[in-house]
Amino acid sequence: MESNKVIENKKAKKKRNSQLSDTWLRLRKDKLALVGLTILVILIFVAIFADFIAPYKYDAQDLSNILQAPSSEHIFGTDEFGRDIFSRVVYGSRISLQVGFIAVSIAVIIGGFLGAVAGYYSGKIDNFIMRAMDILLSIPQILLAISIVAALGNGLTNLMIAVGISSIPQYARIVRAAVISIKNEEFVEAAKATGSGDLRIIFKHILPNCLAPIIVQATLGVALAILTAAGLSFIGLGIQPPTPEWGAMLSGGRGYIRDYSYMTLFPGLAIVITIFALNVLGDGLRDALDPKLKN
Amino acid sequence: MIKYIFRRIVMLIPVILGVTFIVFSLMYITPGDPARLVLGESAPDEAVQQLREEMGLNKPFLVQYGNYIKNLVVNRDIGISYVTKRPVMQEILSAFPATVKLAGLSIFFAIIIGIPIGIISAVKKYSFFDNISMIFALIGISMPVFWLGLLLILLFSVKLKVLPASGFSSFKDMILPAVSLGAQSVAVITRMTRSSMLEVIRQDYIRTARAKGQKEKVVILKHSLGNALIPIITSIGLQFGGLLGGAVLTESIFSIPGIGRLMVESIKMRDFPVVQGSVLFIAISFSIVNLLVDLLYAYVDPRIRSQYS
Repeated sequence: MESNKVIENKKAKKKRNSQLSDTWLRLRKDKLALVGLTILVILIFVAIFADFIAPYKYDAQDLSNILQAPSSEHIFGTDEFGRDIFSRVVYGSRISLQVGFIAVSIAVIIGGFLGAVAGYYSGKIDNFIMRAMDILLSIPQILLAISIVAALGNGLTNLMIAVGISSIPQYARIVRAAVISIKNEEFVEAAKATGSGDLRIIFKHILPNCLAPIIVQATLGVALAILTAAGLSFIGLGIQPPTPEWGAMLSGGRGYIRDYSYMTLFPGLAIVITIFALNVLGDGLRDALDPKLKN
Repeated sequence: MIKYIFRRIVMLIPVILGVTFIVFSLMYITPGDPARLVLGESAPDEAVQQLREEMGLNKPFLVQYGNYIKNLVVNRDIGISYVTKRPVMQEILSAFPATVKLAGLSIFFAIIIGIPIGIISAVKKYSFFDNISMIFALIGISMPVFWLGLLLILLFSVKLKVLPASGFSSFKDMILPAVSLGAQSVAVITRMTRSSMLEVIRQDYIRTARAKGQKEKVVILKHSLGNALIPIITSIGLQFGGLLGGAVLTESIFSIPGIGRLMVESIKMRDFPVVQGSVLFIAISFSIVNLLVDLLYAYVDPRIRSQYS
């Protein structure tokens, strides 16, 4: 008996592993997605070890060295307070990735829960939740985020909350669709027959089986969240100086664009590279997780 | 069909009510006393208290919301700006045309560039042209609108000195803002056109059209494009939300006196009735555009049309 169980467990584990390794094998063939993944790993590495990589502190001012063009001492130059732009871009990765991942986590948790409940129960609850999502969707995301920041006030935490809340409807929709597509499968019926409660069925049986679209949307969503946050900081509604956020740095460099254009070049480049990496990785994951979609 | 249009318009009402509720609640929880904002920091407490009374700020939340809706429906009045003391509706209506012009030009630019590139990419799949345009599309999608705006200003206004960096009166003034706002849409429309065309080109009826000796141009532009249009139109419609949102950023870069800039300036001056009104106005416009897109489906797709006739 005991050994049979062990073998079954192993089989199950192997099956899960093979699903994962299948995905990985398919992803490995997608060169662009691998480029994206590599860039993302490097960015996370830079964000974690920013203290060791950045030659200066992000807020270290050197007023005798303001507005210096890129040189061997300051490879991206210095800003109007003599701060090293390279160091600020490096520390900025911390802020942007943090905003991106936390905002998307907020959206996935709340949106996923609402979507799962709507899809599983259908009927009135579904109608109520989804109409509420439609209303949120009718306000363009960045405007909704701006309104929330305006209400809550500036700052990193409020920015993450604003971007997170404004992305909730996307996840609610995707999770709802995924839940509807599998809630009548036999394994769900089996779980019901063995007396599992609704919450257990949703979280243990249904959600793990519709992870693929959520993962894809979340990867692309991190990109969108970073863009939205940078946009908000750019118009002065997000992160406040001296915190080195890429959008805020661009906004600061705007006034110097005529004579010191490098100030706007590097933070912008950092944003584009990050978003590019997340976008190609998201596209690649979509193809790898759902090969049927790829023609 | 008319019944369908009517039903869709009626369905807009709860959405608009919902948006007003969200926007109103957000402004309600915003810290700061509106009466104090109107009168200024140095005003005596009694005057502030009296104004609170007049503005109905002492009433419960739902009563205040009800009054807001009543004023909106009956008088088309959404309050007075704290800063300029002009009616909010007037402020918004004077800023709106600039935003419409900007968004319209951007989407026009995105369509005339995006669709042809998408078609050529699909027809010449995996060619040099296809690869290059897909890479550009990927970069376009990853490009923040505000950074592209700055780069365009740097190149065309600062270095080459051929196009102005601000203003919005002439067509020349609008080129840079429209290009920077529309670039992302170009990328999205190109990708959507390509994938939708690839889907259609494989169909049997396209092979049939070719087999009967139809000219390639007709096969591509009439038989293929006609059937590939629905997803393309959907993506164009969805772009509008992004454009109206992106206009907030573009307008502040190029100093265009549109509704986006009005909103940002109002947030900075804590002029909440204007913020409220702007969000409401943009959300309603977005909903109307979505409605028009849905109606357009029926126009281009006889299968959908027949469902409603």
